[in-house]
Amino acid sequence: MDEVELRAQVPRVLSVLVGRGAAFATAEDAVQEALIRALRSWQDDPPADPTGWLVTVAWRIFLDTARSEASRRDREDRFDAEPPAGAVPSTDDSLRLYFLCAHPDLTPSSAVALTLRAVGGLTTRQIAAAYLVPEATMAQRISRAKRTVGEAGVDRPGDARTVMRVLYLVFNEGYSGDVDLSSEAIRLTRQLTTLTDDPEVGGLLALMLLHHARRASRTGPDGRIVPLAAQDRARWDTELIAEGVDVLRAALERDRLGEYQAQAAIAALHADAQRVEDTDWVQIVEWYDELLRLTDTPIIRLNRAVAVGEADGAPAGLRALADVPEGVPRRDAVAAHLHERNGDLELAARLYADAARNAPSVAEREHQTLQAARVNHLLTGD
Amino acid sequence: MAKYLLLKHYRGTTPTPNGFAPMDQWTPDEVEAHFQFMRDYSARLEASGEMVGGEGLSPEGSWVRSGRDGEPPVVDGPFAETKDLIAGWFLIDVDSHERAIELARELSDAPGQGGEPIHEWLEVRQVMSAPPAVGD
Repeated sequence: MDEVELRAQVPRVLSVLVGRGAAFATAEDAVQEALIRALRSWQDDPPADPTGWLVTVAWRIFLDTARSEASRRDREDRFDAEPPAGAVPSTDDSLRLYFLCAHPDLTPSSAVALTLRAVGGLTTRQIAAAYLVPEATMAQRISRAKRTVGEAGVDRPGDARTVMRVLYLVFNEGYSGDVDLSSEAIRLTRQLTTLTDDPEVGGLLALMLLHHARRASRTGPDGRIVPLAAQDRARWDTELIAEGVDVLRAALERDRLGEYQAQAAIAALHADAQRVEDTDWVQIVEWYDELLRLTDTPIIRLNRAVAVGEADGAPAGLRALADVPEGVPRRDAVAAHLHERNGDLELAARLYADAARNAPSVAEREHQTLQAARVNHLLTGD
Repeated sequence: MAKYLLLKHYRGTTPTPNGFAPMDQWTPDEVEAHFQFMRDYSARLEASGEMVGGEGLSPEGSWVRSGRDGEPPVVDGPFAETKDLIAGWFLIDVDSHERAIELARELSDAPGQGGEPIHEWLEVRQVMSAPPAVGD
């Protein structure tokens, strides 16, 4: 059993401990400690029942901690904990654990950190490395999150919506350090699809798979941005695309459309085009209209304007852009692109420069600066 | 060993010290060459084990202070065009002050228009650290 398979046991093991009445924060520490012991001893002597082994060891660690804490609190008071009877219960309470880690009282960054540790089984050091913050900072964030969840109580956990938002945040963080957060988000979402029959979870998984399939082609060797139209489609991962399409189809058949399914449908249409000029922009616009009915956000309007520009020409795209408020991230970049295609190079160059100034990342800043330089170069003709 | 902060100041709309136009007025090749220099510079610092960190900063900043008597905080800005904004920073861990100056000089030589060095000012600030204990 490798580390990833081992970590897949975490939600099950932790929910058994919590189900037996263990305090969440202490139980979570005990599970992490049990994981470390498993990594040490399983190579030579793997147990026949990994989950049972982890539950037994984690419970023992939990009891030891709880007893020593209790004796610290009151040496007269004997901590009375019955040893667990029997094996792991057949019902799986892991879903509740997902909900707990996406508790509405948690800030997004805390919910993300707690989910990665208590559901994903990553160590604090791995999570810190992935988010490029010192380990002590992440340890603090996680222990505060545990306290918040402990105080807020388990009777008002998050729901599938908040869990999906957390997993999507993790997915978008991508790859830095030795932990691949996108893959981790996919693993956790895949696991979540086995715990709930909400078709939106399938939609989210499909969306992640379809985006992940394009990852290798999305950035150049130096981390520079390669836009969709310029990507080398031969480098798209066809296996991931096929799986994403299958998952999406199964979700759509349930006939309970939601925003993740609609986003995945758009991603699937892009994935389906062998060449950029084969893209079915008309259908993509229809999906954006659907998406707007489900959830009307400025970002969706902005992306819709791009699709309208491709489907019906730049002037139509610019008209659609008029419905997007100023100040929405990447609006300048989209406006620049549409004005360039509409032949207004001077305005386009100015807007690309604005887009560079307001870019949310260095890669984006460099990309837009190059666009501005390219169009200015066209204008001066030298 | 001491840590130094190299501060790159933002001159997106004002001419660079060498009299260059803003970067979006350069040719694409000149822009590429500049970005490549910055990437190579980071890679060199990482390879030599002197890199602690570095980030680009958004040019728009706000000034914030607490409000009086429980009033909400006072926020001024964002100011996009102020002269003194920081575009980005490197935190380096080097053996000597001379080495910090040398690295800042290299950064200042990033190529601009026509491949000529920009010669921009870099601010170099040492990170304060307690003196070593006696006998340490």
